[in-house]
Amino acid sequence: MVTEVVMPKMGYDMTEGTIVRWRKQEGDEVKRGDIIAEVETTKVTVEVEAYSSGILRKILVSEGQTVPVGEVVAIIADRDEPIPGVAEKAAPRERVPQAVKEAPRPEGADDEEAPRIPASPIARRIAREQGLDLRQVTGTGPGGRIIKEDIEGFLAKRPAEAPRPSPTPVAAAAPHEISYEERELSRLRQTIARRMAESKRVAPHFYVTSEIDMTEALKLRQGLNALGEGAKISVTDMLVKAAAKTLQEFPEVNASFADGKIRVYRRINIGIAVALDQGLVTPVLPDCDKKPLAQIAREAKELVERARTGRMRQEDLTPGTFTISNLGMFDVDDFVAVINPPEAAVLAVGSVIPRPVVVGGEVKVADRMRVTLSADHRVTDGAVAARFLQRFKLFLEQPLHLVS
Amino acid sequence: MITYREALHHALREEMTRDERVLIFGEDVVAYGGAYGVTSGLAKDFGEKRVFDAPIAEGVIAGAAVGAAMGGLRPVAELMTINFALLAADQIINHAAKVMHMFGGQMSVPLVIRAVGGGGAQLASTHSQSLEPMFAHVPGLKVVTPATPADGKGLLKSAIRDDDPVLFIEHALLYRVRGEVPEGEHLVPLGKAAVKREGKDITLVAYSRMTLVALQAADLLSQEGIEAEVVDLRSLRPLDTETVLASVRKTHRALTVEEAWRTYGIGAEIASRIQEEAFDDLDAPIRRISGVEVPLPYAKNLEQAAIPDAQRVMKAVKELLARTGV
Repeated sequence: MVTEVVMPKMGYDMTEGTIVRWRKQEGDEVKRGDIIAEVETTKVTVEVEAYSSGILRKILVSEGQTVPVGEVVAIIADRDEPIPGVAEKAAPRERVPQAVKEAPRPEGADDEEAPRIPASPIARRIAREQGLDLRQVTGTGPGGRIIKEDIEGFLAKRPAEAPRPSPTPVAAAAPHEISYEERELSRLRQTIARRMAESKRVAPHFYVTSEIDMTEALKLRQGLNALGEGAKISVTDMLVKAAAKTLQEFPEVNASFADGKIRVYRRINIGIAVALDQGLVTPVLPDCDKKPLAQIAREAKELVERARTGRMRQEDLTPGTFTISNLGMFDVDDFVAVINPPEAAVLAVGSVIPRPVVVGGEVKVADRMRVTLSADHRVTDGAVAARFLQRFKLFLEQPLHLVS
Repeated sequence: MITYREALHHALREEMTRDERVLIFGEDVVAYGGAYGVTSGLAKDFGEKRVFDAPIAEGVIAGAAVGAAMGGLRPVAELMTINFALLAADQIINHAAKVMHMFGGQMSVPLVIRAVGGGGAQLASTHSQSLEPMFAHVPGLKVVTPATPADGKGLLKSAIRDDDPVLFIEHALLYRVRGEVPEGEHLVPLGKAAVKREGKDITLVAYSRMTLVALQAADLLSQEGIEAEVVDLRSLRPLDTETVLASVRKTHRALTVEEAWRTYGIGAEIASRIQEEAFDDLDAPIRRISGVEVPLPYAKNLEQAAIPDAQRVMKAVKELLARTGV
C-alpha cells in the first residue's frame, strides 16, 4: 500500500515544520510506529512516527527544509509497488539550496515531482475555481487534509492581507551607540516572543498570591517515596494533582476567552513549564483530573524527560488548559508568570522555605511556599482566584486529599 | 398513532377490499395471523379462499406466487423470515425476476413476497440475517425496506399494485414502533427515498430500522451542535440516487448506516454512486457503518455489539467532522 507521510500538525498554532534529520533512509524498511524523522516546529523538536509499514521509498523533503503542515515529506510503499505521481529516481541526498526548491512552479502545471497535497475534492474544486494554489493553504482536516472550511477561511482572509513590507535598509550606526552583537532568534525564541507579547497585550492579567504550609505535603511525599513503588513523587507532581482537583471545582478557571465568549474546557490538561537551554517549553499532561498521583508522577517524569531531550511526541503538545511554572528549585521567594495563551490562568510557584509563622500567638518555623496565580480578567475575577487558591492551599495542607 | 404491524395490516385489508385478485398465503397466516401477526383476522373477513395456509415449503410458496401472478392474480406471499427465502431463492431469482424479460414482456409477475429481516431479537445466526443486499443485487426484482408505519403502509399498497415482483422486507424489531399513518389511500412510490431529517453538516444514509438509529444519533449530535441530515432509502431497488446526491451536495459528507454486512453491501453501493456522481462535492471520505461481519451471535451482549447503534454512528460522524487543529 502506498502511504504518504505528511508534515504533522503538532499544537494548534503550528503551520510549518523543518525536517531536522531523517532517521531512515530511502530503501530502509520501516515498521508502523518506527521513528522515521525529526521535525523542528516553532516550539520543539519532535519525532515523526511511521503510520504504516513498508519500505521508505522516497524522501521528498531534504534535511533542513521547511514545509507547511500537511505537505507530503516521504512515501512508504511495498518494495516494488509503483508510486503514482512520483518519478522514481534518486532523491537529492545533499541539502538542496532553498532558492532552487522555492522557485515558483508554473501556475496550474501538474508537476510530476510535486508532492500531492491532501485536499478534499470540494476543496480542490473551489481552489480551481478561484485560481488558488493549494500550497498556500494550511489543512486542518484529518492528516492535514485541506477541507472546504480551510479554503473558505483562506479566501475570506486573502483580500485583507497587507502587502509585505519591503526590507528597510539598515540604519547607519549612530555615534556614541553601545556596540552590540545581533543574534538571530531561534524558532523557539520567536514563538515565546510572539506568544508572550500577545498574552500581555491581549489578556488583562491580575495576580493573587498565597502562602501555603507544605509541612504535611512534604511528609506525605517522603512517606510515599519511602514505599519505593513506582516513580518518585516530586513537589511539582503534587502541585499538578492539587491544581487538577481545584480546577474540577472551578471550571471557570479551566477556560479560554475566545471570540467574545468563554470556552470552558471539559478536559483538564495541565502544562508544566520546563526550562531548556534554548528557552521555555510547556509540555502538557492531559486529563490530570482522571489520573491518580502515582500516574501523574510517572507520566510527568517521562514527559519532562522527553522535553529535555528534545524528543517530544505529538500528544505532548495537546493544547493545555492551565499551566504550572515551578521555579522552586532556583531559590526564589515568589514570582509572577505570564499567562500561556489561550489559557485563562497560570500558577507561579516559589521555593519551599522555612519561615517563621505565628501559630496561636507563638512564633514557629514551618516549611512555606508562595504561589501566585496570574489570571485573565476577561474570564474570571479576583474573588474567584482567591477562592481557587484557598482550595488549592487546603488540598496541599491536608494532602491526603491528593491520594484520596 | 398506530403500530408498524397495524399499518401493514391496514394496507393488506384495504388492498384486498379494493381488488379481489389480491390473495394471501404463507405459513400460519390463517389462525396464527402470520409469523408476526400482520394477517391476523384477514382469513375470517375475506374467507379462506383468499387467505390460506401453505405447507412448510418456501419453494412451494414462492413458486405458487409466481404462477398465480403469471395467471393474473395479485398474490401476497408471506415467508416467515427472509432467512427462509434462501430455500425459495430459485423461484425468486430465476423465475419471478426473469419471466417478463425472458418471455419478451408477454406476461408480468405482479407478486409481493413479505418477509422479516434483521436481528436483535436473540434468534441466533440463521434467523437474524439481513439478506436484503443479496436480493437487491438482482435485476428484475424490486426490494423495499420500510422503516416507519406510514412508509410500511404506503409502500405495501404500492407494492401490491406494482406489476413487477416486489420483495417486501419488514424488520423484526419494528412491529411495535408507533407512528402517524394517514388513513385510507396512502401510497408511497417505490424507488423513492425520503429525507427524514434535515441537516447541513453530514448526510446519514440508512434504511429499515437503521433509519431510526440514524435519527436517534442525529438528535444526540444536534445537542452537540452537529446537524446531520438523514436520508431513508426506503427502496433498495430501484435505488433513488438523486435524493442521496442532492443531500450530499448540500452537506459534503456522507456516512452510510446498515445492519447488513459491510462487504459488497448497500453502503458500498451508495458510496460508489456518490463518488461517481458527486466527487467534487465531497469534503471527506465516505464512511460506512454496518453489522459486524460474523454470523450473528445468540448471546445478548454479543448480539448487541454486532448491530450498529447510535453511539457507533455518533463516533463515526465525529471522526468524519474531526479537525486536527484544536
